[in-house]
Amino acid sequence: MTDLAIRLRGVVKRYGEITAVNGLDLEVPYGTCVGLLGPNGAGKSTTMRLLTAQAIGDEGELHVLGFELPGESKQARAQCGVAPQLDNLDVTLTVEQNLRVFAHLYRVGRHERRDAIERALEIANLNDRRATRVDKLSGGMRRRLLIARALVHGPRLILLDEPTVGLDPQVRQELWALIDRLRAEGTTILMSTHYIEEAQRLADTVLIMSHGRAVAAGVPNDLVAEHAGREAVEVFGGPARLAEAEADARAAGFSTRRTGTSVSILRIDQANGGVPEGERRPANLEDVFVLLTGEEID
Amino acid sequence: MAAVPAQEQRLHRFELPAITGVLVREIINYTSYWRSATFSATVEPTIYLMAFGFGFGSIVSSVGGYDYVEFVGTGTVATAVLFASAFPAMFGTFVKYQFQHTYDAILAAPVDTEELVTAEALWVATRAGVYGCVPLLVAIVFGLDAAWSMLLVPFIGFLAGFGWACFGIAVAGRAKSIESFSYIISAVLTPLFLLAGTFFPLNGLPEWAQKLAEANPLHHTVQLVRGAAFGWAGWTDLLRVGYLAAVGFILWRLAIISMQRKLID
Repeated sequence: MTDLAIRLRGVVKRYGEITAVNGLDLEVPYGTCVGLLGPNGAGKSTTMRLLTAQAIGDEGELHVLGFELPGESKQARAQCGVAPQLDNLDVTLTVEQNLRVFAHLYRVGRHERRDAIERALEIANLNDRRATRVDKLSGGMRRRLLIARALVHGPRLILLDEPTVGLDPQVRQELWALIDRLRAEGTTILMSTHYIEEAQRLADTVLIMSHGRAVAAGVPNDLVAEHAGREAVEVFGGPARLAEAEADARAAGFSTRRTGTSVSILRIDQANGGVPEGERRPANLEDVFVLLTGEEID
Repeated sequence: MAAVPAQEQRLHRFELPAITGVLVREIINYTSYWRSATFSATVEPTIYLMAFGFGFGSIVSSVGGYDYVEFVGTGTVATAVLFASAFPAMFGTFVKYQFQHTYDAILAAPVDTEELVTAEALWVATRAGVYGCVPLLVAIVFGLDAAWSMLLVPFIGFLAGFGWACFGIAVAGRAKSIESFSYIISAVLTPLFLLAGTFFPLNGLPEWAQKLAEANPLHHTVQLVRGAAFGWAGWTDLLRVGYLAAVGFILWRLAIISMQRKLID
């Protein structure tokens, strides 16, 4: 248990009639990056709030950095960094002032403060923007500052809630590089996302959530092999053609999923002959995601 | 990476570094908006002071043995404290949790709601204590005699302001929208403001109104400031201080409960 930065067992969180988290088990070993993957409303953000005791669970056990929540949460929070989904920087302050405020809030000692702020500016590559007011920064810079702010006290664990949501592909890549650097340095990361590519690139293991519980967990490639096989075939065509291909494939015992313009037929590498006609491609994490969390959007 | 053993140092429920962390945030933010805050907190009561002081002062030359300008000048200190505490606490708190999500960021740090609310109230109260002195200074310019005991006025303002700040935070924690503050302002603050003995002495009012005024913290603030300016009333003034402290304590706990409900799911 001591090698786990985060350990949740059977955690339940209800909001009135709605059960946002429904018996969740989650383990984040030290030095790894775990991706929390799930569609909107799967309970990812609630899980993040539970980890900082901003939401209090109704059932189950939560341990963060060896501290039991919610009782010892303050202790855990002191060694934890959080980059929230919603930008809550102080917009009338400069980049450096924002970092200074958080150096105080996270109790960085008086003598270490200056170095801590410089280090955070370095990580976010915002050195030449230190005196710029936050409301004058681009969206990507703000997001980098949000992550740097979470790192100012040298936390043992960082929680990233949808770190690249709503950003351009170029900016997203830039943030991925930043997160990958942290990962390479051995920082323990829990990152929630609904971008499959993000989880596949950055996470050592992913946990797929649906309706408040874990439906699968493991190394991305293993999950793909286990649930979607090695290869898939995509059949394109009009609605009638797609419906037909789907029915045929299901009758032949394949799993299928719709991809909007096509039907993907999965696990074809495990078929005994009779592979449907279409474009072959490697199976991917998105196949697993849709198979496990359902094709319909609630 | 090997697991690092958990730090031995225990954190307590109520910690000074948490309070100073929140205060530092407020002070750094204050450098970006102090002009507008100072303007509204000082100009408004000064206008009241001049309008009533000169307007009424021309018909009523003295009230209760004092020049009317002196009477109103000391009275509007409490008004300035109210304006500088209850209003920023209500609107500021609402904006910080609803629009800026500032409190989400602070509570993710090793700061609990109790410490957050306390620090915010201390900050607002400090400002109110300072801003509350402005009408007194204006009144001195217009002929009020300065006295050493007036140096206690910022502390009276701080004590009263702490209660009003907590009142504002408690209200903000329960508000559904920023418009709901209108009810509080019209139904609570305006009557209290008029029933404080700021602009006219209360002994001309019907007895029930005088009784109500005895429960009004703003009235006791007015009386304490007059005590500092014209001479103390002995035990009565100590009782007033005790009353303000008791009301402040209750509102402080209510503000914490209200914000805990709001911020922690």
